[in-house]
Amino acid sequence: MSKNDKKQQVETTGHEWDGIQEFNNPLPRWWVWVFYVTIGWGLWYTVAYPAWPLLTGATEGYKGFSTRGQVAADIAAVEAQNAPNNAALAASDLATLQTANPALYSYAVNAGGAVFRTNCVQCHGNEGMGATGYPTLSDDDWLWGGSVVDIAYTVSNGVRNESSPDARFSQMPAFGDILSNEEIANVVAYVRALSGQEADATAAAAGQQVFLDNCSACHGEDGKGDRMVGAPNLADALWLYGGDAATITQTVKNARFGVMPAWSEAFRDGGLTQAEVNAVAIYVHQLGGGE
Amino acid sequence: MWDWIKIAALGLIALAAALAANWGHDLAFRVHGIIVFLVAGGLFVWNVRHVGDAKGPAPTGYFDSVIRAGVIATAFWGMAGFLVGTFIAFQLAFPSLNFEFLQGMGNFGRLRPLHTSAVIFAFGGNALIATSFYIVQRTSAVRLWGGKLGWFVFWGYNLFIVLAATGYLLGSTQSKEYAEPEWYVDIWLTIVWVAYLVAFLGTIMTRKERHIYVANWFFLSFIVTVAMLHIVNNLSLPVSILGSKSVQVFSGVQDAMVQWWYGHNAVGFFLTAGFLGMMYYFVPKQAERPVYSYKLSIVHFWALIFLYIWAGPHHLHYTALPDWASTLGMVFSVILWMPSWGGMINGLMTLSGAWDKIRTDPIIRMMVISLGFYGMSTFEGPMMSIRAVNSLSHYTDWTIGHVHSGALGWNGMITFAALYFMTPKLWNKAGLYSLRLVNIHFWLATIGIILYAASMWVTGIMEGLMWREVDANGFLVNSFADVVAAKFPMYIVRGLGGVLYLTGALVMCVNLWKTAFGKDVPAAVATPAE
Repeated sequence: MSKNDKKQQVETTGHEWDGIQEFNNPLPRWWVWVFYVTIGWGLWYTVAYPAWPLLTGATEGYKGFSTRGQVAADIAAVEAQNAPNNAALAASDLATLQTANPALYSYAVNAGGAVFRTNCVQCHGNEGMGATGYPTLSDDDWLWGGSVVDIAYTVSNGVRNESSPDARFSQMPAFGDILSNEEIANVVAYVRALSGQEADATAAAAGQQVFLDNCSACHGEDGKGDRMVGAPNLADALWLYGGDAATITQTVKNARFGVMPAWSEAFRDGGLTQAEVNAVAIYVHQLGGGE
Repeated sequence: MWDWIKIAALGLIALAAALAANWGHDLAFRVHGIIVFLVAGGLFVWNVRHVGDAKGPAPTGYFDSVIRAGVIATAFWGMAGFLVGTFIAFQLAFPSLNFEFLQGMGNFGRLRPLHTSAVIFAFGGNALIATSFYIVQRTSAVRLWGGKLGWFVFWGYNLFIVLAATGYLLGSTQSKEYAEPEWYVDIWLTIVWVAYLVAFLGTIMTRKERHIYVANWFFLSFIVTVAMLHIVNNLSLPVSILGSKSVQVFSGVQDAMVQWWYGHNAVGFFLTAGFLGMMYYFVPKQAERPVYSYKLSIVHFWALIFLYIWAGPHHLHYTALPDWASTLGMVFSVILWMPSWGGMINGLMTLSGAWDKIRTDPIIRMMVISLGFYGMSTFEGPMMSIRAVNSLSHYTDWTIGHVHSGALGWNGMITFAALYFMTPKLWNKAGLYSLRLVNIHFWLATIGIILYAASMWVTGIMEGLMWREVDANGFLVNSFADVVAAKFPMYIVRGLGGVLYLTGALVMCVNLWKTAFGKDVPAAVATPAE
């Protein structure tokens, strides 16, 4: 109350606009002082840190700070800390690492997880859950082999790319140019029957011969696939592109040509070091389906 | 003579637009050709039919018809902007709302600029134009200068909004945040904005009061600076005169710096200085109290406009921008804290003699909340500009929360208060249709803002911490998708906040409609002119 009374005694400026007047109150002291403090702090800060632009550069500040220097120092610190582990990992026998050196193995799982989350999740999904056209890495269905050494090879060299001469390579023919539509319909029925799905029995029976003549060379007489050529197992319930009749027909007619980059730094700028390749292979191997 | 020049110009514009509609290289450009053709052609026909009509006597009194239109446009665009915002909030929570049949029109990427432009430029811009016209006439005691220029500003600005909005949906964008419209829309806005400046300045120069009222300083700084920002940030070269695509004059980090010099001062001068102008009129009017301190208004005005213009680089910490520029942006942002708070202090202290009205007057309550959120976000802004804080907050939802506590709290609430204040006076009514509805609006909006801001603080800080989380060996712990999944519950809370805010605005529209056009509110008793 007394505050209000005091305010009533403050004069107005004497102007009036549409009934609005203005008191002539002084600036609040705390406001002025905080303003001064921020200005003082600001001046100090521009002396301490890079701030004032000059003709050919800018003042660098007495603290020697730079954002690039900061990130380089952070990275160098982590790399120095992990250098012994990385050197050991790059030279390790991956197949026996888990029993031979459990501490290094555990390090590799963590390191590989970080590599995977940075480079692999975009296609293979979180925790390797996969997506249409991108294999699931957490199950035991492997196109090119599920041992940790096989996985490391696939990561390093990739699949059907042009950057690594040793990339995993195979090419399914587009049977749309080779087989008649009826033969394709029959072989699709047979493949669906192979994997225990609903299929026309007559068509499937007719398709068996087509399969043996055209498909079994890679996918095997029993349709269980061949890892030497990355030919998928057709007799299980897992499908890379889809197991419905329409999708299988499309696959048979046009074939597929899934590409994975070669991740090793030997084949791409900023690629993975040998230690990182080994780490991510170990990480993928322990997701659930490693052999 | 003047009539014939106008008719010839309109005919030429209609012809050019028809050519653009026929030969344009992209859909947005052709649709815009059709829109401009319809507008210019319609005006052409109307002018030809009315040529030589006897001119009535020059109107006297305040030019309020354009302000009435501005109030309606503000309410309309506000609803549109809040609706799209709420929808895209749910799109982020449930991506399946990016419907297949709306791909290329109704997906998040197209709707997001529609939302930001609808609330900032359509809702905020119409509010600023309407209130600045209202205030400058009354505090200068003179009719708006320039005859029908006010109508040109209003319709020209809203044509700009329609062109911008349809352009976003059809994929015409120069990919600069808050400056997405392409070159020809930018040129049109420049013309309209200069007309706005001329009308405003003309009114001030013909004023009958000796001094210029503080609200008008803020409006003038807003109009002049936005013109400068708009022109420099949109310097670009069209790829073809018959297409919407253009190439920016600046490139790389220079372009980024110009963009955020613009972007931050769009906040500083559009959403802060302009709305402070609104505050400086409606708060003392509604409280029926003198402004707290003339000295404070002068000092904080000059400090604010001097400092704000340098703060942009804080949007580019830890980027290709040189460290010295980022340091200066941060330092200016921190020093800006007190000048920003000067407006809050002046507003709240003006209300301080009328605290009893908080219990009885929901409009005063809105002003208090508005000033509170203004103070909060102008503290939060300098804090987030500090490099170390920014390394956590940047690119996270914290920024979204910060922007919305300012936009929903400060800009939205002060605009609602201004609309409630002006509507009965503009339609010559004794008062509002229902103060109870204002009260309901107040609570819906306030709870909506709190849900929105709180959920974004939680999810933003969580996001920043998850992104930087490393294990003992320095390896990242979370993938990006882990973070997205963790944010889901807060996205729902945010969407609900939007629903409440939208519902409040709907209540306001009903109330304003009933006030202006309903039969329930008696006309104001005429008072003789002073």
